[in-house]
Amino acid sequence: MSSSLLKIREPLTPWARVWLMVCAFALPFLAWCVVSYLPFVWHPLVLVENAGDSSVPGTYDYVTEGQRVELEVFELRNQELARAGKRLAEGERVNPIYLPAPHQVARAFYTAFTTAPERRGDYWLHESLLHSCRIIFWGFFYAALIGIPLGVVCGTFPLLSQLTEPFVDFVRYMPAPVFGALAVAILGLADAPKITIIFIGTFFPMVLVVANTTRQVDLALMHAAQTLGARSWQVLRHVVVPAAMPNLYRDMRIQIGCAWTYLVVAELIGEKSGISAFIYQQQRYRNFDNVYASIVIIGSIGLVSDQLLAFAARFLFPWESKSVGLLAQLKRMRRSAPGPLPGAAEVVGAGQ
Amino acid sequence: MMTATEPLQLPSYLEQTDPVKSYFQDLKARPTVLDIEHLGKDFHSAKGPITALSDVSFSVHKKEFVSVIGPSGCGKSTLIRILAGLETPTRGAVSLDGKSVLGPGAERGMVFQGYTLFPWLNVTENVMFGPRMRGVNKAEARKKAGEWLEIVGLSGFADHYPDQLSGGMKQRVAIARSLANEPRILLMDEPFGALDAQTRAGMQSHLIRIWDSVDLTVLFITHDLDEAVHLADRIVVLAAHPGRIAQVIEVPVPRPRDRSQLLSGAFLATKNRLETLIYGRST
Repeated sequence: MSSSLLKIREPLTPWARVWLMVCAFALPFLAWCVVSYLPFVWHPLVLVENAGDSSVPGTYDYVTEGQRVELEVFELRNQELARAGKRLAEGERVNPIYLPAPHQVARAFYTAFTTAPERRGDYWLHESLLHSCRIIFWGFFYAALIGIPLGVVCGTFPLLSQLTEPFVDFVRYMPAPVFGALAVAILGLADAPKITIIFIGTFFPMVLVVANTTRQVDLALMHAAQTLGARSWQVLRHVVVPAAMPNLYRDMRIQIGCAWTYLVVAELIGEKSGISAFIYQQQRYRNFDNVYASIVIIGSIGLVSDQLLAFAARFLFPWESKSVGLLAQLKRMRRSAPGPLPGAAEVVGAGQ
Repeated sequence: MMTATEPLQLPSYLEQTDPVKSYFQDLKARPTVLDIEHLGKDFHSAKGPITALSDVSFSVHKKEFVSVIGPSGCGKSTLIRILAGLETPTRGAVSLDGKSVLGPGAERGMVFQGYTLFPWLNVTENVMFGPRMRGVNKAEARKKAGEWLEIVGLSGFADHYPDQLSGGMKQRVAIARSLANEPRILLMDEPFGALDAQTRAGMQSHLIRIWDSVDLTVLFITHDLDEAVHLADRIVVLAAHPGRIAQVIEVPVPRPRDRSQLLSGAFLATKNRLETLIYGRST
């Protein structure tokens, strides 16, 4: 059976693709539901609803109402109470606090946006999110603004590559967060050091990735352009850049993911801000449902923005065969049918 | 009486009919466009320098069609890349209309074996590329591209992307793209090498028609003997290790050419001579 399902590199039908994509999300979610709602699967703790007679002394007399205690501890406490002949404790088996159930996270997801911040001067969740997106945008924008042109010229001219890339490679190995203290000292506590961390974290790998992608542009295209009279800078502008563009775009989609990785570090240096500050605070209050909600939000923003960028690529790079619409593909199938060389007659005409 | 299994009695490839003789007299009276003098090229390898080309000299006259043929390793690709300016010679010189060739330039158009159309430009924009790089304005370049597409018979595909064309069509666009620069000479590096036999035959007839209809000088690299004889006025036969000229042959097949001549005595005699030179076989 597996041999009929697992076919090597066999393209999937559109319906299969949709269903498998749904499953990709549904299966982990289902696993989460199973662990959360089926009490016999995990539920290692007991949430004490009624501590019984708390006047009975014992090794486990610290068990009080509202506590989450290990099942074993709960049972030992009840043995103590039973020996004393007093009222037994009651409780419900639960999961640890760090694993809230889907409905709790869903509720937190809703309430996080609808509840006012607990302290005056704190930000609403959507404000924090917006702030995070702004940090990402500017950090990534400056990195791309300098990194893409630098990478493209490095990938085109070996002289510049050898002059730049060894140093860039060296800095790339330094974790961006180590520059945190420095950035705060130089740039203060506000957004500037955070943007700088994102910049440092994404710029250096970006130069190398862009240079490598640029180097993969077919040399024959550049030679063809040269024999058509293009000078060096024209080859760069009119051949290298457009030829590398679709792949550079894909690179950038991956690089934005890296920017999100550095966001958490960046936002916790200096004055804590954004979604990371929210997560940090909720984790201290042990509101893990809010923490999960925030993580899901970050994931969703990433997924949605990436899908939007992928969708936009169809319009930005219409020549890419994968992006050519269904209609054009049908036309192509019809055209590739064998037939006489069209236009042969005109050539004879041109000769007369 | 000859039987079907005996080899044909062929005339000598040196025999020329009167029209062919006067054709070559006329051809040689024309000025030369391309002059190659004592050209040599060494490559460096781990075992020391390797001579790819040694003392190659010949000239191409205006409106002449020259084929270059030879076994693999004879340096025919190196030769055409030097002529295009994509490689520099170790020895000797190349001149176009008396001026030294020092790098790539629009006056020497080149059609490559692989497909080198720019995939992000449609067919018209590809043909416009050369004129645009040389500063011709957009409207003028577009008009010119339209004319060349008409000549190669692809007016109906002006808005297509290269990815939507067959291999033969791509090469016709590549020819139009080079010709839009109105080059002094068109260098063709096994341009039909990647095509199937049927498409290839069509492309050869097509190229002959274009060559007939416009004022064009061609230097055509191939490893296909039929193709060389069918297309060329003269064939430069190279030998390998090191790459050098074995012989320059005047093709005695009269023009205009068509595929029925592939079985003529003059054609077969020339082909036989090429086989002798390249494979060392003699009949």
